[in-house]
Amino acid sequence: MAAHAGGLTAVAPSRTKAPTEAPLVSVRGLVRGFGPKGVLNGVDLDIAPGEFVALLGPSGCGKSTLLRALAGLDHDVKGSGVINVPDRVSVAFQDSRLLPWDTVLGNVTLGLGDHDADTKARRALAEVGLAGREKSWPHELSGGEQQRVALARSLVREPQLLLADEPFGALDALTRIKMHGLLRDLVAAHRPAVLLVTHDVDEAIALAHRIVVLDSGRVATVRAVAPEIGTSAAGTPTDAAGHEALRRDLLTALGVDVTVASH
Amino acid sequence: MSAAAVVERTAVAPHQDPTLAGREDVRPTGRRLGPGRRRRLAGLLGPSALLLLWTAASATGLLDPRILSEPWTVVATAGELIADGRLQENLAISAQRAGLGLFFGIVVGAVLALVSGLSRAGEAFIDGPVQIKRAIPGLALIPLLILWFGIDETMKVLTITLGVFVPIYLQTHAGLRGIDLRYVELAQTVGLNRAAFIRRVVLPGALPGFFLGLRFAVTGAWVSLVVVEQINSTSGIGYMMELARTYGQTNIIVLGLAVYGILGLLSDGVVRFIERKALSWQRTLAG
Repeated sequence: MAAHAGGLTAVAPSRTKAPTEAPLVSVRGLVRGFGPKGVLNGVDLDIAPGEFVALLGPSGCGKSTLLRALAGLDHDVKGSGVINVPDRVSVAFQDSRLLPWDTVLGNVTLGLGDHDADTKARRALAEVGLAGREKSWPHELSGGEQQRVALARSLVREPQLLLADEPFGALDALTRIKMHGLLRDLVAAHRPAVLLVTHDVDEAIALAHRIVVLDSGRVATVRAVAPEIGTSAAGTPTDAAGHEALRRDLLTALGVDVTVASH
Repeated sequence: MSAAAVVERTAVAPHQDPTLAGREDVRPTGRRLGPGRRRRLAGLLGPSALLLLWTAASATGLLDPRILSEPWTVVATAGELIADGRLQENLAISAQRAGLGLFFGIVVGAVLALVSGLSRAGEAFIDGPVQIKRAIPGLALIPLLILWFGIDETMKVLTITLGVFVPIYLQTHAGLRGIDLRYVELAQTVGLNRAAFIRRVVLPGALPGFFLGLRFAVTGAWVSLVVVEQINSTSGIGYMMELARTYGQTNIIVLGLAVYGILGLLSDGVVRFIERKALSWQRTLAG
């Protein structure tokens, strides 16, 4: 991991500017769920190539439903709307979801058709700092290591879009901070568009170009994260006041009493 | 305060520290709830104890040889039967029947379980009849099988097959259906096709269930074998025992039982060995 952090300046290059090309992902009028009070009630969302979007919201607001719809995993859910996603989409789940009966290497090559799958997978594992662990069983790794294997599995396919459903939710605080740095580096190197579902405001500000807050199945708030506001690799924002203002703003949008929540 | 230091050094290398030589390891470990580490050949302990008990009872005269022959008589009988070739001959034919029945039963059971587990149509057509077959004692089918196939090898192998495929089917099917849906989702997100999905997710996921079924199946194969060989047969271990009954040769009957016991123990050991190798990714109490 140190190898990744070494090459970074105070403001990571990937965050300096949100791309402005035609959208890679477009969602229009997405409705999902049963009954009068659906899970998603008409969501519109665009994601540009290489853009990092964080999807915030209280639990039950439909953020995972939206991600699963984009991943094509909602076979049995009723709904309507238009979704355009690129061909190469990877999903990182909250649990690392490694096949327990396959080695670390086997898990990363899963679904890779090419003849040099092993070489690619070894390279991806080295990139997440797990070179030499190819032959281990998943249960022999720590939670953070398992999640790094999952990241390697996601990125070895060179996705245009990475869908991440609270990928660090089950990790301890220290590991999570390290994983933030790793994810930032990997995204800078591979430049996929990212949709990160999270309930952690600080995680969203630390990683995203743009933050979308979902409430009652609708997009309630959208905020761009200026580069100087986002937490740098060094761990501190250049514009501390702006950072705090955005944080309060988002917490308010999430329905948290800011006078109590802030410190 | 030195207690902590002692603990640490003891844990690292007690044999290298002369001041600690011969001292007890004082690591403060909690009580272990699992059965502990696997020990080599521990599985032979129970059968050996049983053998010892039998020998002791015979040697002290507690056990009348007319009721149960002495172990040494059984060993001597085995020597005689091996010398004139009868034991090998009958053992070979018995092993062939059990092996063939087991083989066909495994294939049929596993294929049916896959078809029934992977498609709703397959389940609708296969699962019901298999459950009905399960409800009918396998041995109750023998009269019908004799009418259909006579009393030759086909009937014998078929009886064993019918007994074997049920546990293979049931356990494999249960293992397959027990595969976590999350892995199915994963397979979809990484774009596995159906063949790769079966090879990388379904088969390895169903393997623990298959092996459980296999252990039932192996035992079941020997049970069916005894029955078909004692009812209508002119060869095999069961026939040998049945013949001995006519002449009141307890020693041969006991030898037959011992052979069945050894075969059962050996085959179960082989299955467990293969299972341990194939499922080395599992972390369970079995160790």
